[in-house]
Amino acid sequence: MIWQFNLIILGFLIMAAIMSLKVTDLLSASMIFGIYSFLMCLLWAAMGAVDVAFTEAAVGAGASTVFLVATVYSTKRKSSD
Amino acid sequence: MRALGTIAVILTGALLLYASGDFPAWGEPYSPANDSRVSRHYILKSFEETSVPNMVTAVLADYRSYDTLFETVVIFTAGIAIISILRGPVDKRVRLRRASEKSLRQSNLILAQTCRLLVPVIQMFALYVIAHGHHSPGGGFQGGVIFGASLILVALSFQLQTALDRISEKRAMILAGIGVLIYSGIGLTCVLLGSNFLDYSVLSKVLPLSAIEARSYGILGVETGVAFTVTAIMFAIYANLSSHGRMKGGL
Repeated sequence: MIWQFNLIILGFLIMAAIMSLKVTDLLSASMIFGIYSFLMCLLWAAMGAVDVAFTEAAVGAGASTVFLVATVYSTKRKSSD
Repeated sequence: MRALGTIAVILTGALLLYASGDFPAWGEPYSPANDSRVSRHYILKSFEETSVPNMVTAVLADYRSYDTLFETVVIFTAGIAIISILRGPVDKRVRLRRASEKSLRQSNLILAQTCRLLVPVIQMFALYVIAHGHHSPGGGFQGGVIFGASLILVALSFQLQTALDRISEKRAMILAGIGVLIYSGIGLTCVLLGSNFLDYSVLSKVLPLSAIEARSYGILGVETGVAFTVTAIMFAIYANLSSHGRMKGGL
């Protein structure tokens, strides 16, 4: 894999991680968390760990995002801090 | 307090960054992880011993089968824990079947048709991922999650009840139990045939297979068990989370 491409993904990954903590809207935070998982999946694939990447894409970006969104709908949309 | 936390985080991060300089190079064949006796055995012998080309699957479901068995049990337990926390009384006033059919007709045409087209494809792909885990990335966990996602898609596009008519909560929990039973049952069969727990090669005594092929098919068997449990638990968790444990309405 081209290292510049990896570096860009890593930059986006760190940005997504910080943003999901900083955003007060919990629904957006869940969405950004899904993006984080997807970028993580790209990085796993780039490192040749295809099985892990597949699991990350299915569980992290797919199922857990749906669970988080479902949970946000049952609670308040805005975080207090 | 906040400044103290920031300093601790920065210090730990700097320490971790400093330590990452000592990592072996990427793909280094003589790194400790690749050069140990155990890894060498897996890399050189896993295809000979199990006839499974995907080494990850061979290690996951054969050499380290205990680990995967208890991972499956962990998922089962997590599902039961979530249900026992969230599950409330079911509202039985609405006739279940009729409400579901109504929601099928009422929902958006494009949404409904797209869902109808997508769900079979997703489920076929999930079955492919489960069955093809020997040759390509994938296996019971991933396939199970994808299959569960297809059920969640039905619940999202229509109503939760539409998906619950296809697979009720009770049936989902029975399926989850069956998954764990398949896995541990294959292990127990191996014990009854006079070998170690989860030593699939002994299955060749009862099946018309060689010992090596028996290991390959044993892996397929336990992956099926894992897929059952993961599918059912994914759907049960979603159903409880989205409806506050009432099994009605949903998102």
